[in-house]
Amino acid sequence: MDVIARNNVHISGNPSGTPMIFAHGFGCDQNMWRFVAPAFEEDHRVVLFDHVGYGGSDLAGFSAERHSTLDGYARDLLEICRELDLERAVFVGHSVAAMIGVLAEIEEPERFERLVLVGPSPRYIDDADYVGGFSRADIDELLESLDGNYLGWSGAMAPVIMGNPDRPELGEELTNSFCRTDPAIARQFARATFLSDNRADLPRVRARTLVLQCSADVIAPTQVGEYVHRMIPGSELVLMEATGHCPNLSAPEETVAAIRAFLRS
Amino acid sequence: MARPDETATGMCEPSPTEAVEDDLGDLYEHAPFGYLSTLMDGTVVRANATFLAMVGRTPADLVGRVRFPALLPVGDRIFYDTHFAPLLAMQGEVREIAVELKRPDGTRLPVLVNAVVKPSAGGRPAVIRLSAVAAVDRRRYERELLRERRRAERSEAEARHLAQILQASFVPAALPGVPGLDVAGVYRPAGSGDEVGGDFYDLFETGHGWGLSLGDVCGKGARAAVVTGLARYTLRAAGIQDARPAEVLSLLNQALLRERTDRFLTAAYARIQHDDAGRPRLTLSLGGHPPPVRVSREHPSGPVGDPGDLLGVFGDPKLRETEVGLSPGDVLLFYTDGITEGRGPGDAMFGEERLLRSLEAVHGADARGVAEHLVDEVVAFQSGLPIDDIAVLVLRVPD
Repeated sequence: MDVIARNNVHISGNPSGTPMIFAHGFGCDQNMWRFVAPAFEEDHRVVLFDHVGYGGSDLAGFSAERHSTLDGYARDLLEICRELDLERAVFVGHSVAAMIGVLAEIEEPERFERLVLVGPSPRYIDDADYVGGFSRADIDELLESLDGNYLGWSGAMAPVIMGNPDRPELGEELTNSFCRTDPAIARQFARATFLSDNRADLPRVRARTLVLQCSADVIAPTQVGEYVHRMIPGSELVLMEATGHCPNLSAPEETVAAIRAFLRS
Repeated sequence: MARPDETATGMCEPSPTEAVEDDLGDLYEHAPFGYLSTLMDGTVVRANATFLAMVGRTPADLVGRVRFPALLPVGDRIFYDTHFAPLLAMQGEVREIAVELKRPDGTRLPVLVNAVVKPSAGGRPAVIRLSAVAAVDRRRYERELLRERRRAERSEAEARHLAQILQASFVPAALPGVPGLDVAGVYRPAGSGDEVGGDFYDLFETGHGWGLSLGDVCGKGARAAVVTGLARYTLRAAGIQDARPAEVLSLLNQALLRERTDRFLTAAYARIQHDDAGRPRLTLSLGGHPPPVRVSREHPSGPVGDPGDLLGVFGDPKLRETEVGLSPGDVLLFYTDGITEGRGPGDAMFGEERLLRSLEAVHGADARGVAEHLVDEVVAFQSGLPIDDIAVLVLRVPD
């Protein structure tokens, strides 16, 4: 299968610059980077993609088995890196994609020079002394919430969406399209995300790493960001003024500035 | 009598119809939906009376103190952060988001939320305006539909599984070895293989040789499957006694007539024995079945045997026997009409000509190679979705 089409890979920016690959988290697609990625186009070869099942990706690339854990998504990421021949790249991952990047870096460290982890969490569910912020029951409730929000996805619409992800004339129909996916795939990505436990992987990261932590982030609370910073050798932690879980949308200037400062260091 | 729109007096004066609803404050407070304004981070700045009643709170409880997602259960809060807020930031509005509002007494109210962003202007920060419509019955009904859909999907998977198990019982799990013969069978169900079909084949050892059967029950589904099972095991039980092939088919015919089924079938039965030189020799009888095709260096290639009559229809069907000798390099193919009646481009049938060409094209391949090549070709001819079941059994005498 063509990896570029499978993951709807878009390349822009400076072809001779250091490659910079942005990965979106659970929920929406590569549009999550629309206010951030352009700021790096002058100096970097910017690579954007959609996880399989999201945005303009090819749903045929989804495998219930492969994509049942984050390792499957990390394999997809590495396949993109191989296809584009990326080496010593800067990886920027939001939310669960932060851990997908961690897994990929451990697998093929030569591909990644630096990791920028935006709102990372190695485990969402509390475990003994570890505070992830959620209980197992909370995650079941999220799965129910997903069931109730198919965001314009019905069997009748699916072929239109899959066949024409970019057709503007579908405008009205495509409201909420940035976060639209097959409910079954969303469910499985939610399980892979919120039931994951990547705490043991953190000390194995070798790339220079920046942890970007928002204030008042319900999904990845500050103590989780601090935990990630403590466990990844030599990592830096920046506590942002931005609130919520998506500083790439709510505070793009602050996000860009923090990433720039890290890249200059 | 004047129509209401004819009495309108222009932009400045409210028309009498507008005057009926000129209390904009009341229009806001007691709208038939909860109306809420928040800052971009979700902090509540204003709520109408309907919304306050929905969540069982006073303005003092909410305004400036609470973020909208804090009014939601945890699952919905995650959804807010991963979908709702990003969508608002990217497209300036969201529609039909299903969440529940938590009340202080622990109960929850299912609502559908629409929201738009009013951009910052004149020094005022951007605001999110949300409407919340109670959707108790609608959400309950949706959940029922979802439950039913999941149940339907489970039953469908179970039915498919049953069909596959049943189907697998119509052919042997593995073919026995027959001295001096290379044998292979391929079974390919119609379409995507969800429905149990009526083709079967068998190869088994008897007291003084081997018995081979292959047949096709008319129709598909559970009722056809019952007859298919009956046919395969009746032929095996009769064949194991080393009865003559025409006699074996006749016994099956009687069994079908006694069963009072309206299903008929076609079948081939052959007894395989070896001559003094150890060369395989078949005694073949056909009950209305397409004759097997022989590709040979010693004989002209083509069908062998007398088709005979269908089984399960006549009290005394015409069933003849043909002796078929096989020499080194010969291939004998038993097949069901799923091969020859496969429809391809322009509604053309695959037919016996293509069948013969396909066999000659792979002459020299082993039995499995011959069987798979033919079935692949027939499936491809029907663009990957065969309209009927396909069963083939290939006997080949090694060189």
